[in-house]
Amino acid sequence: MNIDWSSVFNLESLLKCFLVGGLICVIGQVLIDKTKLTPAKILVIFVTSGVILGGLGIYKYLVDFAGAGATVPLTGFGYNLAKGTIEEVSKLGLLGAFTGGVKSSAGGIAAAVFFGYLAALISKPKMKKQ
Amino acid sequence: MNPIESKETYKKYVDKKAPPSPILKNCFNAFWVGGLICTLGQIVLNICKERGFDPQTSGTIVSILLIAISAFLTGLNLFNKIGKFAGAGSLVPITGFSNSIVSPAMEYKSEGYVLGVGGKMFTVAGPVLVFGISTAIIVGIIYLIFNTQSITLV
Repeated sequence: MNIDWSSVFNLESLLKCFLVGGLICVIGQVLIDKTKLTPAKILVIFVTSGVILGGLGIYKYLVDFAGAGATVPLTGFGYNLAKGTIEEVSKLGLLGAFTGGVKSSAGGIAAAVFFGYLAALISKPKMKKQ
Repeated sequence: MNPIESKETYKKYVDKKAPPSPILKNCFNAFWVGGLICTLGQIVLNICKERGFDPQTSGTIVSILLIAISAFLTGLNLFNKIGKFAGAGSLVPITGFSNSIVSPAMEYKSEGYVLGVGGKMFTVAGPVLVFGISTAIIVGIIYLIFNTQSITLV
């Protein structure tokens, strides 16, 4: 199959993605520098707020505007959880609340578990400093 | 050295001697590294779309790819170098999730492959999944309550 490279490197979509993705990271950086939150808590905050913004139907507009600029940050992971849940709830009712979220982000979670374990296995031992 | 006469001159003196607040520099680095990671994702996404995958599948492919790359970069001790430079720029994208799994797993390798690596890999990722999934379930239940159309489907 031939790939139309001009639409892959569509400058407008890449620029929007760069700006929005970068700005979301700046929010994280301000949280790191201005508060005493640990990185772990910042990850939790980003995913949870993505779920809430996704549930409220706000995050969808950001995804439509910026594509991967909104889905690659962890808020996008949360948005994906919320989106999957709502889709399944419309189909299955209460059961969907429990199946939808994980189903729609199954690929990412499974990949993180598998590649995470694999990478830790092959990792070089850390050099002790001092 | 001259004695410091007033509060104002003292403040000027301190401002001159203190290192400039690095927050602007940090934000700038976070901005362009984070933006670049997302742009990389967008390029892969566009290629997937050109290949005829639907948006949901394309998004999953992008996530898996970025997770795999950053997991192995963490394993090779390269990711923490990027992280030191970029701060939130590499933490906030999904690469940070992957990094948060591999880093503690590497650290506790000496405690064995089951409870050491297999257990500690969820030190940070565990809370992320607990709060993410739980909030999503609550969102689903709220949606169920407020959307009459779906209640009739139950």
